[in-house]
Amino acid sequence: MSKEEKKELIMKTALNLFAKRGFYNTTIADIAKEMGMSVGNMYNYFPSKESLAKELLTYSSKRFGNEIKKINEMDIHSREKIKKIVKLYFETAINEPELIDYFMRVYLSNKEIFANGCEGMLCVSAFVTEIMLFFEEGVKRKELKNQDFFAAFGLFMGYIGGLAFLNKEGILTKSLSEYIEPVSENIYNALKA
Amino acid sequence: MRSKLKVIWIDAVTCYGCSHSFLNYKEISSLFDKIDFKYHPVLPSENFEIKESDLLIIEGALKNNYSRLGFSLNELISKLFFKAKKVLALGTCTVYGGMFGNGIMFNKEEKGKYYKCREKIINLPGCPPHPDWIAYVLNMLSENKKIALDEFNRPQDIFSYTSHAGCTRNEYFEWKIDSQTFGTKEGCLFYYQGCQGPFTHSSCNKLLWNEVSSKPRVGTPCFGCTEPSFPKHNLFNTETFMGIPSNIPLGVNKRSYLTLSGIAKSLNNERLNKKLIDYNCRDKNEN
Repeated sequence: MSKEEKKELIMKTALNLFAKRGFYNTTIADIAKEMGMSVGNMYNYFPSKESLAKELLTYSSKRFGNEIKKINEMDIHSREKIKKIVKLYFETAINEPELIDYFMRVYLSNKEIFANGCEGMLCVSAFVTEIMLFFEEGVKRKELKNQDFFAAFGLFMGYIGGLAFLNKEGILTKSLSEYIEPVSENIYNALKA
Repeated sequence: MRSKLKVIWIDAVTCYGCSHSFLNYKEISSLFDKIDFKYHPVLPSENFEIKESDLLIIEGALKNNYSRLGFSLNELISKLFFKAKKVLALGTCTVYGGMFGNGIMFNKEEKGKYYKCREKIINLPGCPPHPDWIAYVLNMLSENKKIALDEFNRPQDIFSYTSHAGCTRNEYFEWKIDSQTFGTKEGCLFYYQGCQGPFTHSSCNKLLWNEVSSKPRVGTPCFGCTEPSFPKHNLFNTETFMGIPSNIPLGVNKRSYLTLSGIAKSLNNERLNKKLIDYNCRDKNEN
């Protein structure tokens, strides 16, 4: 196993533990124990829990960004692209809930951890850049309304993030995948030219 | 002693801004030792006649049903063009059509009437072209030196640069700190105020105008006057699609540019995010 693969495995393990026990209740020793590694060896991969937290954010952002890039490169209508992005997000929320959980419960709720090194868009730029390119292309093709980026970004991400949160809380009456269609339509109707 | 360069300068459909610019060349008297104006619409010269020249300078656009010097403009240009060893298309109207009509070699970005004869054409766009650019071409030709041209027949020595190079607001561009109001000393003019410097070929901020300044240096955006798209509408406004500038700096793809911009903005340069000079401090001293 290469060093990069090992790091990825550590990040996945950490994600699970953060989801189960919470970020502050999980120590590097807990993660090392779960990995079957010594604490000393863990520090060869991540010098601190904060650095692990930041790298986890960059890693998740790149993963999402790469998937959205594939959608951006498709020659399809923005309406279809919206559906594919919503599907990608909801399926991740279903299959890897710890990833979405980490973003909402750790990143968005504990900004002090990320204040030094992940300010602003620094660690999530791979993801945000692809969303920017998606919007820009939609406006150029006259499929989406030209408006302030954050007004559109907030509507899109706030909406699907909110649904994933309600799903995690067990409040939704239907499965999350059943919301892909109506949520995508609502987003398109709100953003269309 | 080398014989003087025989030049015929013709005013086509023009505002004479290029002539004005030429007259601002600080060493203009030295040029008169090297060139002999067989005809110029403003400067003292011989009476006009169709004859051979080392250099035909055309100032202004082509247009049908437009008469000049007893000929139709098109006929006049055609006769002189083929009797000239070299042709200088001077100014954006002559190069691309600009405000008034069609260019010599291009109509905006399309091939123009004399495109097939491009071997003898030198294009010097600009509204107007900088006096030093005109002098550069005249000096090089009078010395019989070869001018390296780019794919649009523009001198590479001048048009390899963008007007962004040398801009005193480059620090603000780097850190993505933009001036949102007109007339500030601080801030980049690219995002809100329509500055076209990062994708306009010219050396305005390298040479400076009147050896002093340039548009962006005094708070006016670059209007992209050397480009085929000049003049655009809304010169003081940057076109954006969902907040993303429709034109980005040359040589980089949009994904990379957005990534870099996002990072620069996130790093939040504190020094540049505030006024460089606090003029209120004078009041405090007076107290």
